[in-house]
Amino acid sequence: MPRTLTFHVFRHNPRDPGSEPGVREYQVEEASGMTLFIALTRIREEHDPGLSFDFVCRAGVCGSCAMLINGRPGLACRTLTSELPGTISLFPLPGFELIADLSVNTGKWMRAMSERLQAWVHLSCEVNLNEIEAAMDPDLAEAVYELDRCIECGCCVAACGTALMRPDFVGAVGMNKLARFRLDPRDDRSDAEYYQLIGDDSGIFGCMSLLGCQDVCPKELSLQTQIAYLRRAMARQGL
Amino acid sequence: MNSPDSFLPPRIDPWPARLDLLQSATGLVLGLFMWLHMLFVSSILLGNDAMWTVARFFEGYFFFGYPLPWLVSAFVAMIFALFVTHAWLALRKFPTHWRQHMAYMRHMRAMRHEDTFLWFVQVLTGFAMFFLAPVHLYLMLTHPELIGPYESADRVWSGRMWPLYLVLLFLVELHGGIGLYRLAVKWGDFKDAVASRRKLKRLKWGLTVFFLVLGLATLAAYMKLGMEHAPNAGERYQPAVSFLPPLSKGGGGGFLARASVPPSQIPPNPPLAKGGMA
Ligand code: HEM
Ligand code: SF4
Ligand code: SF4
Ligand code: FES
Repeated sequence: MPRTLTFHVFRHNPRDPGSEPGVREYQVEEASGMTLFIALTRIREEHDPGLSFDFVCRAGVCGSCAMLINGRPGLACRTLTSELPGTISLFPLPGFELIADLSVNTGKWMRAMSERLQAWVHLSCEVNLNEIEAAMDPDLAEAVYELDRCIECGCCVAACGTALMRPDFVGAVGMNKLARFRLDPRDDRSDAEYYQLIGDDSGIFGCMSLLGCQDVCPKELSLQTQIAYLRRAMARQGL
Repeated sequence: MNSPDSFLPPRIDPWPARLDLLQSATGLVLGLFMWLHMLFVSSILLGNDAMWTVARFFEGYFFFGYPLPWLVSAFVAMIFALFVTHAWLALRKFPTHWRQHMAYMRHMRAMRHEDTFLWFVQVLTGFAMFFLAPVHLYLMLTHPELIGPYESADRVWSGRMWPLYLVLLFLVELHGGIGLYRLAVKWGDFKDAVASRRKLKRLKWGLTVFFLVLGLATLAAYMKLGMEHAPNAGERYQPAVSFLPPLSKGGGGGFLARASVPPSQIPPNPPLAKGGMA
């Protein structure tokens, strides 16, 4: 006997002056191997063609489908309904601008954060494109790559009590990015320069080590380790 | 830092880093001190003389041959200063605006996440300590000589301090335990962060339960003693055995003479001391 799942889905379109924020209920019959992506598509096909939600890759790669699933941030495309109780609530990620229903503008937030943290490789001199690039130690390359796996889904921001209380907080995603560039031998910035970007309460010293980020990151990045590592490095700047 | 290929202007403000370090350092010292404190106070469970010995020890009795209660006052003043510094730094983290408070509450309820909840416990217990801890600290600051089995038990029972101590016990043990765990995950460099965190969490709860049980037993012991001693409240404790401090070289005069005097009647700086030490 397949279960009949009851969904409570947040509905609101801020650009429609007639729209009132509210929750709509939908019933969907569970199928085997059903993900929330499949369930939402079925809701849209069978019940409510106006329902907005974001999906691109459906494989946990693009980071666009993050939402609050029974209160916790997660990727809808990677969440099986079989892992959830029969009643499922879906809300948009808090901490980001609402586009409509379950769709939020993480891109805008991520871009602003990247610009503020200057999250790109900074070179102190011009690269000579005719020369062979200096080789990177394979272990180091692996470590950099590991941190580069972040898909900017925003789950860590929505899971962070600090970020929700203080909208200027860079979040674990931002700290992870700087940890990544600090590791990268091609980035010539000094710790004093990183300190200028995150050495205050909107950066590393604002983090209260609640570790919600670590516990929800769908890519299982070592956020606790990265934040502690950055904190030690930045604290040294104060001595 | 000032090299021409620097990407940013060189000036940095070191204070956010220092304040973060200071918050952690004060928390660490306070947290560890509170555990030691609990162990000292619980000496009452080993008997009145054990507690008396511990109390006199911190007055330097066994070093100088006579008690110096101001040593205790000085130490309390230091703890008080750490406490004020720590509380002042913690204020930066409080959800001060109603909107922040609501955002946190909503988030905490939705997430059902232990560490997120524990932080809120820390804010609540910290806030309560603002008001309750200074009462105790002030008493110890101003009456350091009144620490002893009867003296403390009278304060707990006849002085009606036990409700305050009961609440403080839970506040301190919860707050300090969570705080020390947080320090570990905040600064620690672990090979396997996930496994270490699980272990730390278990250790943290274990220690919290241990100190709560010890604290409750200790408070009960003082309450019982205070109840029994209530008719004579105010009377100072005389140890059953007379502790002879190790004799200073040079002669017995002062020390031996004083050993027959009940310690509570020993004047703070008796002239005999000079004679004996010479
Ligand atoms: C009025 C008194 C106090 C207040 C208002 C207070 C408040 C706080 C707050 C809000 C935090 C969290 C800080 C953060 O998330 O970064 C904290 C951390 C901490 N507290 Fe307290 N606290 C007080 C007294 C104490 C006492 C008496 C102890 C000792 C048992 C203690 C030990 C700690 C420790 C070890 C930490 C972790 C430090 C850190 O995260 O850097 N606190 N305190
Ligand atoms: S760190 Fe993890 S949770 Fe945060 S944006 Fe990147 S992938 Fe998502
Ligand atoms: S450790 Fe906590 S406060 Fe820090 S970024 Fe992660 S969730 Fe936010
Ligand atoms: S749709 Fe791309 S991560 Fe879910």
